Amino acid sequence: MRHLLSIDDLTREEIEAILDRAESFAEVGRRDIKKVPTLRGRTVVSLFYESSTRTSSSFELAAKRLSADLVSVKAAGSSVDKGESLKDTVTTLSAYDPAAIVIRHPYAGAAQMVAGWTPAAVVNAGDGKHEHPSQALLDVYTLRRRLDSLEGRKIWIVGDVLHSRVARSNILAFTRMGAEVTVCGPPTLIPRGIEQLGCAVEHSLDGLEQADVVYALRMQTERMSESFVPSLREYAATFQVGSRRLHPRQLLMHPGPVNRGVEISGEAIDSPQSLIAEQVAAGLVVRMAILYELLAGAERSTPVPSDDDGAPASPTPIGQPA
Amino acid sequence: MSLTDALDVRPGPDAQLILRNATVLDPVAGIEGQHDVVVRDGRVAELAAPGAAAAPDGAEVVEAEGLHAFPAFFDPHVHLRTPGHEHKEDVETGTRAAAAGGFCGIIAMANTQPPVSTAADVSALREQARAAASVPVGFVATVTKGMKGEELTEMVELREAGAIGFSDDGLPIRSANVMRRALQYQHLCGGNIALHEEEPTLSGEGVMHEGPVSAAVGLAGVPSVSESTMVARDAALARYENARIHVQHLSAAESVEAVAAAKAVGVEISAEASPHHLCLTDEAVRSLDPNRFKMNPPLRAESDRQALIAGLRDGTIECIATDHAPHQPEEKEVPFEQAAMGVTGLETAFAVLHTELVIPGVIGLDLLIERLAGGAAPFGIERPTLTPGSEANVVLCDLGAEWTVGEDGYESRSQNSWCAGRTLAGRVLMTVAAGQVAYRLRSFSLGVAG
Repeated sequence: MRHLLSIDDLTREEIEAILDRAESFAEVGRRDIKKVPTLRGRTVVSLFYESSTRTSSSFELAAKRLSADLVSVKAAGSSVDKGESLKDTVTTLSAYDPAAIVIRHPYAGAAQMVAGWTPAAVVNAGDGKHEHPSQALLDVYTLRRRLDSLEGRKIWIVGDVLHSRVARSNILAFTRMGAEVTVCGPPTLIPRGIEQLGCAVEHSLDGLEQADVVYALRMQTERMSESFVPSLREYAATFQVGSRRLHPRQLLMHPGPVNRGVEISGEAIDSPQSLIAEQVAAGLVVRMAILYELLAGAERSTPVPSDDDGAPASPTPIGQPA
Repeated sequence: MSLTDALDVRPGPDAQLILRNATVLDPVAGIEGQHDVVVRDGRVAELAAPGAAAAPDGAEVVEAEGLHAFPAFFDPHVHLRTPGHEHKEDVETGTRAAAAGGFCGIIAMANTQPPVSTAADVSALREQARAAASVPVGFVATVTKGMKGEELTEMVELREAGAIGFSDDGLPIRSANVMRRALQYQHLCGGNIALHEEEPTLSGEGVMHEGPVSAAVGLAGVPSVSESTMVARDAALARYENARIHVQHLSAAESVEAVAAAKAVGVEISAEASPHHLCLTDEAVRSLDPNRFKMNPPLRAESDRQALIAGLRDGTIECIATDHAPHQPEEKEVPFEQAAMGVTGLETAFAVLHTELVIPGVIGLDLLIERLAGGAAPFGIERPTLTPGSEANVVLCDLGAEWTVGEDGYESRSQNSWCAGRTLAGRVLMTVAAGQVAYRLRSFSLGVAG
């Protein structure tokens, strides 16, 4: 794996390898010293052109837990504010010889373009409405822990699919792992032709009981003014995933941040079947695994620090004998 | 009107030329066969039997055995970018690109900075063309002042200043009433009105065709009906006002249907399609490469492409127009949604259509030649022809020559060719436009009779 740009680039085996690696980092996370020396002396750049809490913080913490040097650049307050082009910014940052650039950008294809401009490994942390592959991987990881396998599982993705990069990456990832995906929402928010990604389309929650997993998407309030929905009140009445609609055996997920009382009811978020907190925890270990696979994985020829030769299956924590 | 009467070009010596034993094809004039094409004093003097024509002193003699001579092409839709965007293109570089593509005449669009909205703008451009244009150029003026879609330009004065017609290309004319007034005024001033058909509220923020590919890549889509509903609106207005319109860059099957329906009831409507819409589909956009694949209207589905080809065949679409739209790298080396719209096309139009449509047998060479020169008539300009006695507008091509686009650079100032890197079969060796030699391929040398 040279870059992580799209789930479409990954085979089922590659996805599983990343998730297996994440399991081993989960074990590290339970230790007192939660740090491994894998990326010592290497630099990770975190370049965020959009606001983000969980993605940026978890990638940055992941890099630190792997002992990388981290450079964090936010568009606001940087040379981007002064009109510097993406290409020039990337060229500038590449002068520091980073091992990886993690980029979040408001437009589709940005990460892919960056990969053409830098020798560093590029991680797509969300590009416009295109993809958010690390989110999809952490979602698969979370589900795999609960369900063991996604094979044959029925997953409903409910809400604003049109504007959601999470939906696109998750349709690809869930189907690749053998799940049957249905997207559900009003016709105004389901992109024409989405079924060619291999999912079914529903415009009502009537059949929701068949789902093993209900994945609710964030509903942005400005969609109302753009005539995508007549009102948030009506949207919530028609498409809100609430405890009334959820069967206790169904699992509930959401990429965050949640609009309580819009796409999900408050009590459903706090119910035991909600995996939302587990998703956040998974974000850290899966992003550690992504950086590890890109920068220290077996296929990569770049030498890793000598004490890490051989890329151990279970990374050695600092302060413990190898 | 003849090409030279209607358009402006830099004056130069009349061509004196013999294309010896060329394979001549002018499907509209019914000319097909081996001939010596004799060009004397800038006119097609005769089509003689192979080897029979005597070379007048000083004439250039081209041993054209195995080469094809066609009437040169006419492109009614080119962006020369001047005034205001000369870093992308200007009259000199744009007409050089046209000549290299085998075109003997082009019409330049008016969406410049500022837009071509006054008689003085038109006069200044015509002067530039007389100073620097390798091939004859006509200039349209905008339909509305500053392309704002609100008030009509001074259409009568613009025509008197020499505007070949009118277009707000780049933008649709939102208001049906403004559109209607322009059609009414056409009765006073003449001049075809070329229309960029798009319903802006349906296009919204769209940057590519709406369909499975836009759903997959997460780019906002422009639905086909954004174009076809406006074609239908303007056809209805043209019918009501008994006026004439030309529909630019058709992209959707529904639009082809709308043009055909209008023609069936007698509306004076003509239509063009671009090489990129005839060769590519929205599948290309999966690459998210805006340099080659972002344009407006967007690349559409395979069924749309097939409808355009069918429209070329049955005459619903009478001409091919490149919509040559030069941009500099910094305007294209950005994510898809942020990139400028448009691709260059003059230098590759013939070669790529020959490679993609003629060689596989999708359309005949004769149809391609007919449609590549079909853009003159809608603007009241005589179609280029090889009929003896006519002004020499000739393109000489080597259909077997393969070349890789961009390898030797471009005549255009810009490099955003959608064909960049493709190897094409069919190369323009020489272009004679308005009786002058406008272009010859650098490596292509000529003998001189003495």
